[in-house]
Amino acid sequence: MNQKTIIPVGPFHPLQEEPEFFELEVEGEKVIDITVNIGYNHRSIEKIAESKTFDQMVFLVERICGICSTSHPIANCNAVEDLAGIEIPERAKYIRSIVGELERLHSHLLWAGLAGHFIGYNTLWMWVWKYREPILDLFEAVTGNRNHYAMMKPGGVRQDIEEGAIPALSKGLDEAEKKIEMVTKAALDDPVLAARLKGVGILSKEEAIDYCAVGPTARASGVDIDVRKDEPYAAYGLVDWKIITQEDGDVFAKVVVRLLECFESIKIIRQCLQKLKTTKGDIAVQVKEIPPGEGIGHHEAPRGETFHYIRSDGSNMPVRLKVRAPTYVNLPTCKVTVPGESVADATIILAAIDPCYCCTERLVKVIDRERGRKWKWEDLLRLSRKKTERIKKRMGISHE
Amino acid sequence: MGKFWALKKSIWVFHMCTGSCNNCDIEILDCLTPKFDLERFGILLVGSIRHADVILVTGAVTRKCLPRMKLTWEQMPQPKLVVGIGSCALSTGIFSPGYNIVGPVDKHIPVHAYVPGCPPKPEAIIDGVVKLVGSLG
Repeated sequence: MNQKTIIPVGPFHPLQEEPEFFELEVEGEKVIDITVNIGYNHRSIEKIAESKTFDQMVFLVERICGICSTSHPIANCNAVEDLAGIEIPERAKYIRSIVGELERLHSHLLWAGLAGHFIGYNTLWMWVWKYREPILDLFEAVTGNRNHYAMMKPGGVRQDIEEGAIPALSKGLDEAEKKIEMVTKAALDDPVLAARLKGVGILSKEEAIDYCAVGPTARASGVDIDVRKDEPYAAYGLVDWKIITQEDGDVFAKVVVRLLECFESIKIIRQCLQKLKTTKGDIAVQVKEIPPGEGIGHHEAPRGETFHYIRSDGSNMPVRLKVRAPTYVNLPTCKVTVPGESVADATIILAAIDPCYCCTERLVKVIDRERGRKWKWEDLLRLSRKKTERIKKRMGISHE
Repeated sequence: MGKFWALKKSIWVFHMCTGSCNNCDIEILDCLTPKFDLERFGILLVGSIRHADVILVTGAVTRKCLPRMKLTWEQMPQPKLVVGIGSCALSTGIFSPGYNIVGPVDKHIPVHAYVPGCPPKPEAIIDGVVKLVGSLG
């Protein structure tokens, strides 16, 4: 019997922060095709940016996304600085990198928690989010806010990190590192997670290149692409760190890449804090005029490359701002990773690219075409959790 | 608000994003995690609107979200309460000049409590919800 089903997922679900819409076409348990429908979160930011001055625009692009809320400002400032030919002071470079890497830490931990929730491991969710809180406390100490840090401005940063604050930050970082190490070891050694995620949703190296995947999605498939290395900006060329890659391209590889990247981020922050002690000077240069012309800026956001393009006509407002968020390029990879997998695995594969609901948007829908049956995201989550249960039972592990 | 006395013990909330930047949304989830632990007030996040007593609305309401927001609100069983969270939900905030923004939320559905902030801290969200519970019955 050949039955085709379309399963809708979304648009409003407690864990989907942002509405987005996927249509999974399934045959029995197997997914045969997927359609993505976005636009629920279109807030006309690029148009609004044309009515903001270059200084105000930073606050606007910060609000493109709350999770990568320093990625867009850094990319935007890079673009303005490229346009006006500004070189920022060294101290500002270190501070930019510190904020950028703290953000990567909190974002990767946030993702690890949500991934745990998607496969029915709520313990992992609560656990990881508990250890994410100290990172947010560090943010509060450095920038004054838990999210939306307002640290960047064209020409430098808005706030300095005082020398007296550095020991407390280092201490907070040491404590956070211990906790992250424990979670990483526990997650990577977990037999259930391995059984559930290994060999699932494989994106081969060739496919990653064909689909122009970026960030951890590409790095988990063995493509060592990282804007921080390929075209260093801020302080990334001045400190020692390495790109984490994995060869397998499955969901587990993406978990490994993200968790190991946390330690590289901690390494970068430590070195930057050390350098801040010896690097004195201004934290920003005065930007008087923005000449007519074009500028581009990149930043390696937690999800991949964020790209900003700005055109100016010499006034104090941009004529055009174009933003390309990492999820926009990573999302189409689900066209190759999801078909052929079971419905129970679809949620975690979709979640594995760490779709930034705000930068892009999403919603999934599954409808049984023959019987007209409609599946919801909750049904998919239930299926996903049941599968974890089955694996646990087979391994003789009792429920948490 | 006499008819709401039945909700006083355990409020089940549903979270709906109508075009926000994610921050209010992750702060809502943060409320549920061990540091803030909203569940000690009997508040539980549910996946279906038909189980919910309160909707937490975030975002400035985009044109594509508006019919879905209204539909979700209509599907909710009585008595229903709405909490607007964040500057965007309250006033559309920084996105107000946008051509695709039709908010704020209270232009389309009645809102019973407002939690301002960009984003509001989890403490503020908890304070808002607790005040709402306190005002019932």
